[in-house]
Amino acid sequence: MAGKIKNIKWKYYINYIAIAIFTVVFSVMSFTGNLSSSNIYLLEKIAIAVMLSVSLSVVVGFLGELSLGHAGFMCVGAYLGGKASCILEPVLGNGVLTLIISLIAGGVIAALCGIIIGLPALRLKGDYLAIVTLAFGEIVRSLFMNSSDESFGGSLGLNTPRYDKNILYIIAFVLVLLCLAVLQNLIRSKHGRAITSIRDNEIAARATGINVTKYKLAVFTVSSFFAGIAGVLYSYSNFTVQSTKFSYNYSIEILVMVVLGGMGSINGSIIAATLITFLDVKLQTILTGNLAVLQDLFYALVLIILVIYNNAPGLKSFRETNNLKSIFNKIRKPKRDPSRRADDEAKWDRVPTKIEMNEILSVEIQPTSSTVEPDRKENKND
Amino acid sequence: MKFIETLLNGLSMGSTYAMIALGYTMVYGIAKMLNFAHGDIIMVGGYMIFLSMTAVGNPVLGLAAAVIFCVVLGITIEKIAYKPLRGASPLAVLITAIGVSYLLQSSAQMIFGSAPKMVIIADLGNLEFAGLKVPVYTLVTLGCSVVIMLALNLFVKYTKIGRAMIAVSEDKGAAQLMGINVNGIITVTFAIGSALAAFAGFFMLMKSPSLTNTLGAMPGIKAFTAAVIGGIGSIPGAMVGGILIGVVEAISLTVPAIAAYTDAIEFLILIVILLVRPTGILGKKRREKV
Amino acid sequence: MTDVILKTENLGISFGGLKAVQDVNIEIKKKQLYGLVGPNGAGKTTVFNMLTGVYHPTTGKFYLDGEDLTGKSQETINHKGIARTFQNIRLFNNMTVISNVLVGLHNQEEFKCSMIESMLRLPRHFDCEKRMRERAKEILRVVGLEEERNFLSCNLPYGKQRKLEIARALATNPKILLLDEPAAGMNPHETEDLMNIITRIRDDYDMTVLLIEHDMKFVSGLCDEVTVLNFGTVLAQGDTKTALNDPEVIKAYIGG
Repeated sequence: MAGKIKNIKWKYYINYIAIAIFTVVFSVMSFTGNLSSSNIYLLEKIAIAVMLSVSLSVVVGFLGELSLGHAGFMCVGAYLGGKASCILEPVLGNGVLTLIISLIAGGVIAALCGIIIGLPALRLKGDYLAIVTLAFGEIVRSLFMNSSDESFGGSLGLNTPRYDKNILYIIAFVLVLLCLAVLQNLIRSKHGRAITSIRDNEIAARATGINVTKYKLAVFTVSSFFAGIAGVLYSYSNFTVQSTKFSYNYSIEILVMVVLGGMGSINGSIIAATLITFLDVKLQTILTGNLAVLQDLFYALVLIILVIYNNAPGLKSFRETNNLKSIFNKIRKPKRDPSRRADDEAKWDRVPTKIEMNEILSVEIQPTSSTVEPDRKENKND
Repeated sequence: MKFIETLLNGLSMGSTYAMIALGYTMVYGIAKMLNFAHGDIIMVGGYMIFLSMTAVGNPVLGLAAAVIFCVVLGITIEKIAYKPLRGASPLAVLITAIGVSYLLQSSAQMIFGSAPKMVIIADLGNLEFAGLKVPVYTLVTLGCSVVIMLALNLFVKYTKIGRAMIAVSEDKGAAQLMGINVNGIITVTFAIGSALAAFAGFFMLMKSPSLTNTLGAMPGIKAFTAAVIGGIGSIPGAMVGGILIGVVEAISLTVPAIAAYTDAIEFLILIVILLVRPTGILGKKRREKV
Repeated sequence: MTDVILKTENLGISFGGLKAVQDVNIEIKKKQLYGLVGPNGAGKTTVFNMLTGVYHPTTGKFYLDGEDLTGKSQETINHKGIARTFQNIRLFNNMTVISNVLVGLHNQEEFKCSMIESMLRLPRHFDCEKRMRERAKEILRVVGLEEERNFLSCNLPYGKQRKLEIARALATNPKILLLDEPAAGMNPHETEDLMNIITRIRDDYDMTVLLIEHDMKFVSGLCDEVTVLNFGTVLAQGDTKTALNDPEVIKAYIGG
């Protein structure tokens, strides 16, 4: 039994632990009055960004489909969750109950939108899916933008109740933990394997009996559910919800977080979302006027360089000698022979997909290279 | 009468979209990538027109400068950002293209600021004819586009390079084995696409003179929509799609009840057409080899 | 009659007027090792693609255990009991060897566990995962890949990748296994090993196997019946020795 406990895959839980510790530290700081309100707002923004990037990462990094409509789902959540809280506030007050009901309302309706757009769109592949999701986002935005003043506030935006800001960010982080738990549990299960198999080789997945449509739809739905939840949080953390916020540029911003974090790495998405949001807010005060655009310029450059570095076929050998892992290995020798690694659940989700992204989306016949993995066991077997 | 005016307006808008869509569709057909940054080439062209108009004041020279600069820019982007990724996943290429789009937009804002620039190319006035009142720029746009598109069609069908382009779009590997310089053809494609984008920028500024760093973003996406509707990779498809989107936009803008939803309607058409014909109106179905 | 597991009736397909395959009639009995041979471009893989639902036949029908599966989707056909491997290996490259097999086990009734159960980590999830892993190891043992189970599948040598594809197909618990050139690219030693594996699978799992192969030694050493295709039509059929020595077949192969 003691051995069992020792073998607990602490790496799987490190992100929960880290987020929980941060949340506790910050709540202690805020109750002792050491947290300024601008920092609290920053924390709320970070929680929202993390939730968005993690939920998009499941679609892009694990399912291997590109969605450019994530902001659209968030928009649905923000407006409908916000509307729900507006309606409920006079009845139930601005309390936890209102919050929960509007969260569920926003999330579920965003998930429904995910199903509605997913059913037809997931028949399409790659670039087509990207453009249809983008179109969806723009349609949603335009509908809310042109809504009547009484319904969703039209172009002026919807005024929503602001939740007690000393508590909202804690709730937000708890929701992030929940989102993480659901998505990670999904990814690290037989269903997650099915999802990843679709990314790796859709034709083979079908031939192996995986119901591709079902899984694509499921991932899309879950992902849009959490985008919706993030939207509701957004509506609570701001006084107004304006449709201009949710343009496709915002979807791309979320995508940038996912890509910078590394495709197929949930922890990477969390870190990237945190860093980018942090920098965004901090740089806003330093870079003013036209200098503000320096930041965008920087992101754009980083994005281009990183994607080329990670994916260019010509840089393969360079990549293999100059990456974090090999540098890490130089410092610390690997303790265990890979073939002797203990069986552990869903090891495949830690495979270096950030590097091997050239399989994602591509359904072309890959030249089957006979890789030269030294075959140590061959002699023993015979 | 009003309807004919709207229709003419739609046709002229549509032909601008078609020009942009041609850039998307040709690059997609030949390099098999979605050049997300294509719309921003229009914007760069716009700024070039702005610069040369302030310096020289001649719109034709401005257009020429824009075309040359955009061609150089298009080729440079292809060589630096897209060429290293040839053979990588479409997703990686698409994300890089998005990065390039961002880069162009933010560079333009760095250089020219975020305040809109006014570029008044020429006031051509209106043409009144048999009760019709048509702005002259509409006719100029329509006329020029028709000429350009015809020329492009002839180029692709009857020149050596054009036929090589068709060959590369059918089968890159086979074309290479037949001695076609695939890299060269891709460069030419990007050059043509960027030149068309510069023309489109010119027409757009003729229509409304306000120039910002996001000038090309929305038209770019709509033109891409048009290319997909027409069947991406197909040159006539891009023209059909562009005209369709333009006419729908013009008509929808004149109906007060739905004017505000114009963008939504266009995107809805995209979704509906893709559902009915996943390869677009004139697109060919490709069978996947198992 | 009852022991016929797979039966095709005038199976044929045309692509835009071109008849790629026509009038293929095959009857495969239970536990039989059946060969499908023919020169390049004869339509062998197209037959596989029809039998697995990648293409839908334009003429004829095929039956698995008496059930008409013509026109069904790939997933359904797999669930009903036809599993295949691919000529150009299609593994889940970024997944480990054992995960590839686990994907194969995904749809089996005994490992049923809903998405909600997995998301909430209910006991069924853990139980299911544990049993699936046991079964996957068992299957990997059959093809001799147990030791490499935690390698990334793309890091396996070519021959082992082919074996892994067989293991993955086997994991879907099929009634018949369709192997598309399983010995392609293997050295004689590996080929012999593969022949043993296929025989063992037949014996241990009561499996029926239909295979495409160019290596005639492999086919005649393994299969008791073959169908020879040429230009999409059946050239010869029946007992392996007789069919392969048919003058028409020799002519098709040698040309002239």
